[in-house]
Order: sequence, then structure tokens, then C-alpha cells
Amino acid sequence: MSRTLILGLALTALFVGAALLSFVWTPYDVETMSIAQRLRPPDADHLLGTDHFGRDILSMIMVGARTSIAVALVAVGIGMGLGVPLGLWAAARRSGWLDEAIMRFNDLVFAFPSLVIAILITAVFGPSAVNAIIAIGIFNIPVFARLARGAALPLWTRDFILAARVAGKSGLRISAEHILPNLANLLIVQGTIQFSLGILAEAGLSYVGLGAQPPVPSWGRMLADAQTMVALAPHVAVVPGLAIVGMVLGLNLLGDGLRDLLDPKLRVLRT
Amino acid sequence: MRRPFLSLAAAAALVAGPAAAQQSDLTIALQLEPPHLDPTSAAAGAIDSVLYANVFEGLTRFGADGGILPGLAERWEVSDDGLTYTFDLRDGVTFHDGTAMNAEDVKFTLDRARAEDSANAQKALFEDIAEVTAPDPQTVRITLSQPNGALPFNLAWGDAVIVAPESIDAIKQAPVGTGPFRFEEWVQGDRIELARYADYWGEAPALEAATFKFISDPTAAFAAMMAQDIDAFAGYPAPENLPQFEADPRFQVLVGSTEGETILAMNNGQPPFDNALVRAAVAHAINRQDIIDGAMFGLGTPIGTHFAPHNPDYLDLMDFSPFDPEKARALLAEAGFADGFTTTLKLPPPSYARRGGEIVGAQLRAVGIETEITNLEWAQWLEEVFRGKDFGLTIVSHTEPADINIYARPDYYFQYDNPDFQALMKELSATSDMAARTELLHQAQRMIAEDHVNAYLFQLAFPTVADARLRGLWENQPTQATDLTGVSWAE
Repeated sequence: MSRTLILGLALTALFVGAALLSFVWTPYDVETMSIAQRLRPPDADHLLGTDHFGRDILSMIMVGARTSIAVALVAVGIGMGLGVPLGLWAAARRSGWLDEAIMRFNDLVFAFPSLVIAILITAVFGPSAVNAIIAIGIFNIPVFARLARGAALPLWTRDFILAARVAGKSGLRISAEHILPNLANLLIVQGTIQFSLGILAEAGLSYVGLGAQPPVPSWGRMLADAQTMVALAPHVAVVPGLAIVGMVLGLNLLGDGLRDLLDPKLRVLRT
Repeated sequence: MRRPFLSLAAAAALVAGPAAAQQSDLTIALQLEPPHLDPTSAAAGAIDSVLYANVFEGLTRFGADGGILPGLAERWEVSDDGLTYTFDLRDGVTFHDGTAMNAEDVKFTLDRARAEDSANAQKALFEDIAEVTAPDPQTVRITLSQPNGALPFNLAWGDAVIVAPESIDAIKQAPVGTGPFRFEEWVQGDRIELARYADYWGEAPALEAATFKFISDPTAAFAAMMAQDIDAFAGYPAPENLPQFEADPRFQVLVGSTEGETILAMNNGQPPFDNALVRAAVAHAINRQDIIDGAMFGLGTPIGTHFAPHNPDYLDLMDFSPFDPEKARALLAEAGFADGFTTTLKLPPPSYARRGGEIVGAQLRAVGIETEITNLEWAQWLEEVFRGKDFGLTIVSHTEPADINIYARPDYYFQYDNPDFQALMKELSATSDMAARTELLHQAQRMIAEDHVNAYLFQLAFPTVADARLRGLWENQPTQATDLTGVSWAE
């Protein structure tokens, strides 16, 4: 295993572990305010200090990790669940009108600035974590659709597919049984990268107030709240900022490491 | 705090040419941009914040201490029966388009404001006016349908400033008033520029030009102030930054009081808040000091009723709603909500509401009331909450002066409908004896505190950050205004 992969795995495991732990235990209750204890720098009682309402920042980071991961995971799930079948379908009907229709639709979605659409969605349906998931998820669809189609097209010309077609298998079965397994490593790598982008997007949306609503902690909103207090208590901005950086970096390293590990071409190069 | 010698200095600088060191223009920032520029047809206080006393003047006006001073009327007399007010207008008053301001303009203004189809946001101010006549160009006679001792006070409001029939059609984009500054330009989304009006009837202001910048984002406000892109910020939005400005010799910080009663408003017209026990429970669940410290970093005075603490008629009624979560829970159980309930908490943009709302949400959760917090922009808030009355709870600061009479309006957004209170307000407006008025105001304050119409949180403070060399800015906000007539630069 490469060092990249190990570092990526460690960082990701740290945050996922913190998120899972927060279901059963956090140092303090994240909704309990203690105004008298506000803006305390990190010390033995509060390892990462307290925010402007006197809430424990470590606890908020743990629960915030949960929010971030949940939103990004479901959003990537939507993107993969809809995008991959669309891409495979388009590839199966390559250069037909359906292929054209699917891919032009994807281009259309891809061409929209995602944040603007996300703001539109949340403005119409109200800001909430669910709407943030939908907004982020929609923009993951074309990414996976293109990837799946692009990788599937050359496969369709290979001899083993020809054999399957001669055996009388339908396009659907060939896609599911022969094409998809050959795409798995690509999808895992891309999924990891998209996951990190999803974390960033969630932080961005909640930073502008369109993600999870208070009192549910979210990293983006913690940053937004801390904005005017940077000079007063730097830790309230630094901590959630580092959390976002750490999580995104971890996932990117993990994605890179996985690609090195899974891609047969790169493996040949290395040996 | 006028400093005439400084206006002389400014004039000298003008003669000496632009190279002279004395600064004579001002860039002052406000958080909210006005929706349009007609103070007589909108509730938006941001309009007055730019134009009141600068561009527009009324017959009377508010002074920096909240007292009523003569404005375009030099003096006035009240008939013995209290029904007729005779205002003597000042000589030589002209509008910025050069036309003379006379009694006909006053009659036009007041008739327009109290007309059936008037868009005036404070029509109640003119309710008792039966007739306005102009016996000669310098005299206005106002006949009342019943005695109203508060008429000079009512006419000082920004909603009662004098406008001219010639310029009324374009007022929303190009306001023409009688004040010391004339309107120059409005770059929407950015700034409004004013320039000194040469033919002003009164003492010329020290400033030659003033620019109002609109900066809604607290972080941008901090950056602009620190970089000295702006000379002052009236109503600075982030109280947590004030200590930093105080420690910096380049700046001065003024913390004044306002007429802004900040309340947790409850929808009295809807279950469960139509139940007085539930409202009392909410009021007892609230810890005012925590909200002041947590949301405003200690700026603000706790209040127990809808009345400004600096007003001599104010009563401290916080004993009606002390912080007592045990009692709140008991009251909820008595009202049939032993397991609590869930309601909405809709918050407009200012930090007192957004941050205060999170604290209120936590405090209510502690007694079993779950709140779904929704953050709204002002336009949405006005639409959904103020006009639509679609809310359970909201937090807002009522910055109009002496506005306890809003509780006599059953269709007002919190929908308090109490005939006793309405009768009390009728009696108040018909009473001109000061001692009797005080007694009635005490009764009114007590009635709404006892009924727990809303949960009364704190009186909004008004922080101004300014260049240390600026003089004459209003410290307090007796009405929404940024009066620049007395502002000048020290040497």
C-alpha cells in the first residue's frame, strides 16, 4: 500500500470514526448552551474550546462530521445510482438517438453552475439538509454518467463482449454482468473524489445558510458564525476550517491511493 | 452639538481649494439599503435612516435626545379646547428644486398622508386630524376631531415629512425635500450620494457632501471600517468587534440607546399562542441576560414590557416574567401541553434575531417546546410573518418611537385583540394632561406584560463606529435617523 493511501485512510477513518462515535457519545451535549463559558480557548475541559454560545466545539465537530458525511454520501449515492445506469444505457445504445438524448441532457445539467441551482432549489423548497442533498446529488449525475459511458464504450468493441452477444445476452445483461464489473475500480475512485467534493459543497451551502438548519451543527455554518469573531477567538474559525480541510484532503488522498492500487495500467507501470 | 466654527473652517477650506487638508465630505455606512426613497409611503426604517433630517423635514422634528423641536414650523399654538393647532411656518424655506415651501405644501402632505388610499405606513399618526387649512402661505391650521396632545410628536415622525406636489410622482427615485442636503444619486445596491443644499433656510451644515454606503455583511463591515474605506458605520452589525475598535486610536465607538424593543413575538391569533398560559410559559422560559450576552455580547438593556427604558414613563415589569424554567414547565402542563409542542421560529437577518433565535430555541427546548428555525430575508419576513401572519414565533426589534399603541391593532402581525387595551389607547390619545398620560401608559405597559402578549427581551443598543476625528454624530436613535446636519471633522 502506498503512503498516500495510508494517510488518506487514516484521515478518513478519523472523521468517520468521530462521526460514528457521536451517535453514542460526545464530550458535551451539542445543543446545550452555556453563555458564560463562551469563546473559551482550547483547554483541558474543552479540548477544542467553546463557540460564541459556549457550546463545546469538539462535540460540534463530531456531530458536524455526521451531517457532512451523511449529506455527501447520500448525494454521491444519488449521483451514482442514477448516473451510472444512464451512462451504461447510453453506451449500450451507442450513437443512437437515445445516447444523444441522454448525453445532451447530461451536458445541460453539467453546464449549469451548481451552486446557483442549489440556491434556487433551497430558495423554492426552503433550506434543509435534505434539499442540500438533492441539490448536490443532481450535479453528481452527469459526472458518473459520462464516466460510465466513456469507459463502457471501448469495452463494447472487445471480443468477450462480442462473445456474450453471440451467446444471445441482452444489452441490459451484458451491461450488468460484463461492463459494470470492469468499471468498478473507476467508479470507486471517482466516487471517493466526488464524496470529497460533496463535503465541500455541503460546507459551502451551509456556510451561506442553505444547508442543515440550527441547532443541527454543520461545519459550514460553524465557519460562517465564526467569521466576525476571528480576531476575538481564532479557534472558533480555525477548528471547523481544519476539519473541512482534513476531511477533504483525506478523501482525495484515499481516492488517489485507491486508483494506484486498483488501476491495472498503473500497477504495470510501477512494477 | 453644532460647531459653527467648524463650518467656517469648511468654508475656508473651500476657498483655499481642494488641496486644503480639511476634509468636508463623509462616507457613512448603514446595514440596510432603502427599498425606495419615499419616507411617507413605506414602513422601511432604512428610508428614514438616510433621508430624515438630511433631505426631508417635517413641521416638527426629533432632537438627538428624543425631544420634540421646531422644524419647518417655527412655533405653534394650541387652542384652549385642544382641538386647533396653528403652525407658523419659517420664512425662506425652499425645496431642492427651487420652489418655495408654503402652507399649501403642508396641506397637500397631510391630506395625502391621511387620505383613504394613502400608502402611509403610520396612518394612525394622522387619525385625529379632521381638517387642514392654509389661511395664508405662512400659516397652517390643523383641526382635530378630538384633543390629541401628541400631535407635535406625531408630526415629527419621518412618515410626516413635508413633500411637494410638483415632485411627488418621482419621489421614490428622486426625492425632493427641504433639508440641508439634496439628493444627488442612488447607485442601487451600493450607495446614495447627498450634497449640501446651498439655499437651505437654516444654518449650513459643515459637510459639503455625504455618501451613504450599504454594507449588509458584518465581515465586510469590519473590513471596510478597518481599511477606513468608510468614515463611520451607524448601527454597526457585529457587537463582538467593538472592543477591537475601542482599542484602536483611529476609531471611536459610541453605544447609544434606541427605541428598539426587541421582542420574541408570538402569534396570539393562532393555537397554541392564543392561550395566555402558553405565552406565560414561553416568557418564563427565556433568560434575557443570556440572550443579551450571547447574541449581542452584552449590549442591550433587558425589558419586561414594550417600552423603552430611557423613557421617563417606563416601568420595570420584568417581575411578570422572570427566568423560571420550572414555572414554565408547570404553566405548560396547566395549559395541557405537559409533553410540550413544536412550533416555528422565523428569523429576519439581523444578528440579534439570528443569534438570539438560536439561544431562544435552546432555552425553549429546555422546557419542552421544540422550535423549527427558519432564517428569512427581510422581504420574505415581511411577506410571510408581517403581512401573512404565518408564524408561531419570531424575533424582531420594534424601532418606532413610543409604539405601544400597536397592541391596539388586532390585525397587527402578532394579533393581540384585547378591547380593554384598545379602549385604553383611545383614552390615551384623548388625554393631554401629562400626569394622566403617564398613569395610562403605566396601565398599558402592565396590561401587556400581564397578558404576556409577547416575550420582551431587551432594548436594542445602537453601536456606531466612527473615525476618531468625527464630531456631532447622533449617539442615540430616538427615531431612525442619521442626522448629518451637526456632523463635522475635528482638526
